[in-house]
This record gives sequence, C-alpha cells and structure tokens, in this order.
Amino acid sequence: MPIIEIENLSHTYMKGTPMEHKALKGTSMVVNEGECIAIIGHTGSGKSTLIQHFNGLIRPDSGKAIIDGVDLSKKRIDIKALRRKVGLVFQNPEDQIFEKLIGDDIAYGPFKLGLPLKEVRERVKWAMDMVGLDFEEMKDRQTFALSGGQKRKVALAGILALKPKILVLDEPTAGLDPRSRNELLDKIKSLNKLENLTVIFVSHNMEEVAYLADRIYVMANGTDVLTGTPEDIFTDKENLQRYEIGTPETVQALYRLKDLGYHVNTSAFTISEATGEIIKVLANGEGGNRG
Amino acid sequence: MKPIIALENVSFSYKINENNSVSVLKDISFSIFPGEYVAIIGHNGSGKSTLSKHLNGLLTPGSGDVWVHGYNTKDDSKKLDIRRGVGMVFQHPDNQIVATIVEEDVAFGLENIGVPRAEMKQRIDEALEVVKMSEFRKRPPHHLSGGQKQRVAIAGVLAMRPDCIVFDESTSMLDTFGRNEVLQVMRQMNEMGMTIITVTHRMSEAAEADRIIVVEDGKIVMDGNPREIFKHKEMLMQLQLDIPAVSQMAEMVHNKIPTFSKELIHEDELINEVNRVSKARS
Repeated sequence: MPIIEIENLSHTYMKGTPMEHKALKGTSMVVNEGECIAIIGHTGSGKSTLIQHFNGLIRPDSGKAIIDGVDLSKKRIDIKALRRKVGLVFQNPEDQIFEKLIGDDIAYGPFKLGLPLKEVRERVKWAMDMVGLDFEEMKDRQTFALSGGQKRKVALAGILALKPKILVLDEPTAGLDPRSRNELLDKIKSLNKLENLTVIFVSHNMEEVAYLADRIYVMANGTDVLTGTPEDIFTDKENLQRYEIGTPETVQALYRLKDLGYHVNTSAFTISEATGEIIKVLANGEGGNRG
Repeated sequence: MKPIIALENVSFSYKINENNSVSVLKDISFSIFPGEYVAIIGHNGSGKSTLSKHLNGLLTPGSGDVWVHGYNTKDDSKKLDIRRGVGMVFQHPDNQIVATIVEEDVAFGLENIGVPRAEMKQRIDEALEVVKMSEFRKRPPHHLSGGQKQRVAIAGVLAMRPDCIVFDESTSMLDTFGRNEVLQVMRQMNEMGMTIITVTHRMSEAAEADRIIVVEDGKIVMDGNPREIFKHKEMLMQLQLDIPAVSQMAEMVHNKIPTFSKELIHEDELINEVNRVSKARS
C-alpha cells in the first residue's frame, strides 16, 4: 500500500526574482508502507528539496504530494500530526542538537508530545539503545563535546524517540567510522524490517545503498529518471554512465574484470558475493581476454 | 631530513566546566616529513580531528609543543607563517567558499596576504589548472557539484602555496565521482612534491597514502605503511575500523585458492592478481 505518493511535483525557489531556481521539475515517486527507499543523484538534482516535502517543510508549488493520506496541496492540513508521523534527520547533526545534555536533547521531542515522564524516559532509553549509545553512561554527557559521529547518533535518537511511521534520512552515515556506520545501518535495517518503519534515505554511499535499499530512485535535474532494485540499477551500465552513478567498490572491480573478458555477474555487490564471482571464474580456469 | 611538522609530547583537553575537562590528546609525538602522503584514521571520538587542528595551529597544545617549519605554533608572531606553510581543507566545501565567482574565491586568501595583482593572477591560474577547474573560473560556486566545489576550496588553499595541505574528512560528503576527482588531485599534488595529510573514515582512501597513523583514545597506536597496517585486521576491527573492501575480497579468495595473494590493498592489485592466478591455472 502506498504511504507516499508524489506526482508531477515541482518546486521553484525565489520565484519571480532574478534568483529564481527550479529545483523540482515534475518529479514522481511512490513509496509503499514498510519499504526502504534510497534516493541518489548529484548535488543539485533536487533530492533535498524533495525530501523536505515529506514532512511539509516545503509545500507543493504544483503537482501532488500525499503523505500517509494527508494531501499537502490542500490549504488546511494538520501539520503537527504530519510531523509526528514523519521524522526527518538532516545532514548536519549539529543543526538539530540544542540541549546541553544528551539525554535532555533526545527527550525534548517526546516531552513536547506531552508524554508522561516515565514513558519519555523509556523512549529515550530505547532510542539511545537503537543508535548504540549507552543510556547510563551517556545520558548526562555534554552534547557540545561530542564528535561528529556521536552527534549524528544523538540527532537520530532524538527523532526515533518520537516513534515516527516514516523515517527520512539525509546522508545518514557521512562522517561515521566503519563500525559506527555498520552498526547504524544494521539498526536502520532492523527498524525497517522488524518494526515495519518506512525508511527513505538520501545517500551518495553506494555500499550502503546496496546494503539497505529495497528500491532506488535516481534523480537528475529536478526529476526522477530511473527506479529499480539495487540489482537493476547497478547492472544497467548504460544508465550508470549516462547519469554518472557510482557503484559499490565491489561492483566497480567486477565491471573491470568483465571488461577484461571474465564472465562475472556484476549484480553481486556484497563482499562475499563478489568474492564468490572471482572464485568462480578462477575455479573454472577461465582466462579472460588475456588468458 | 628536517620534519615539516613535529609534535612533541602533545596533550590537549577540552574544558567542559570549571571543574571538569575531557582529555582528548594524550602525550602524542610524531613527525611528518616533506613529500609524505599520510592518512590519519581512528573512530569517531578518537581525537583525530582535534589532532589535525593542531597541525597548523588552529588549536595549540595544553602541554607539549607542535613545530611547523621550526616555528612553535604557540608563538603568535609566527601564526601567519605557520598558516601559510600548512593549508587546511575541511569536510563541507560550503563552509570554506566565500565569494560569488570561482576565481574570486581562489583570490580571497591572496588578497588577505597582499599578493601583488600580477602575481595573483598567475597563482590563481596555476591553482585552478591543478584542480582542473580553469573552465569554471567565471562561474558562481553554488551551482557546482560537491566534488567541483571541494576542488575550488582546494585551489584556494593551493594558491597560498603551502608546503603541506591537511584534508579533514574532505571527501566524506562527496559521491563516488566527486571523491575520485579529489583523490586524484591529492595524488597529483603529492607527486608534485606537496606534503599531504588526510583524515578519513574510508579505508580504501587511507590505502592511497604512503603512511597510515592510527589514533585511539588520544594516542597513536599504529604507524606504518598501508600494507603493514592492513595486515592487522583483528586489531583494526577492535578499534572500530576496518580493512579496504579489496583486502577483504583478497583474503576470502585466498582462503579458497591459496595461491591467490591475500595482502592486496588496491583495486589494481586485485585485478592483476586475478589475471595472474587465472593465467597460471588455465
């Protein structure tokens, strides 16, 4: 069942001024409940403008945006209810943190919802656990002394504590070390698969796109140009080149082997699958062009 | 050879209130020599960003000394010489771009230090040429892609003619193409003799350097060439780090096919090794 329906959506910044800039030019997208969707595309392709429609930060200039039954093109909507359903985590975590202590910062949203203290505490604990921050150890730590990666986790926990139905993330792992990255990806995956949270994320990291996404939307020049499973997208060499889409490091190596004449399947993007492809050609005594 | 940057027993802590402080760097000593390409890695909160800010005097040690070209970074009268010697490129190019036209942005630092007009033009030309952005010189920077913006930021630093540039997670906001553009520029500058120090979370990027310094809990726990460092998979994993995807693949192939080398760190090496083993077997 679609939880987000975007149809022919356009948005122009600074309309009617010399600085006028068309960020979205008739883009469409359907997200089903419980899906995990990656949006990829170059800087300026309209990704950030699009995702700001999901919780009503930007309202449609023209076209349709229906988020969990709420039609954003209608004049009067319950914006508070919408923001409760849709949690948006921005790219720069420091923008989203303003309390002095970590625990207080994560508790801010649930308090504003008017929840009783006990439940706020439980939600904060749950959210901190979800992002891998130890509740007892970290709740009374100062937020300003945190590293970039830790701030990212605090910002995400603050949104999760609101228990949104749809989670929207802008570059969730940029700046995280490998383990924090893997842990966060695993948490997002389990929230998506086990708790049926609908997840939409913008990313330029193709490893995490391949790992997390059920489906990818490719954006270029303010519109959606391509959609498909990671397998569809990463095996479509012509479009990869046309839209300058990067691939995971594994796929990059497999394409080079394929160009040399080895019979490898380039849709093998996990490290163990890609390794399997290499073992297969070596075991078959395949020589490639140079053999 | 004399080091370009030398750290001697550097410690640093952030004061969080009147009675408490968090110790971030703990008695760190090492030297960077001219022409080196060094990657600094470590997990979030290990102290590597604080460390990188000590390399050109943005931060000064609580105890110990940092010497840049023989000048102590605590010596305020030498601050300009130090900053001129060691440039810095940050994570968000947007934070570093100030002008509305690419070439004016590159000129900004030069105007500040009073470079004569004719020389300025020459320096801008050169810097934009190195980062391959000459054709964009009249464009407004905010319409460029992330990789292009970052290259403009690098040109701005380059025009100051430093001997060393520190890249503080400068590729982490870029897509594959943008990242490769910037990595190529870094390699090229190093080949021209520039000392490069890069702080990164991407192991394949650290593998590009000649030397890797691993920071953990404010101390240096490993220091060596990438091939040496990436042999210690277990230890790196314990430090919340990893080995490059290529190294993981090589190790797994090696476990099935023992003649396949497991000590590979670059994609080129992986391709060559597949060719070599495949030839030997066919």
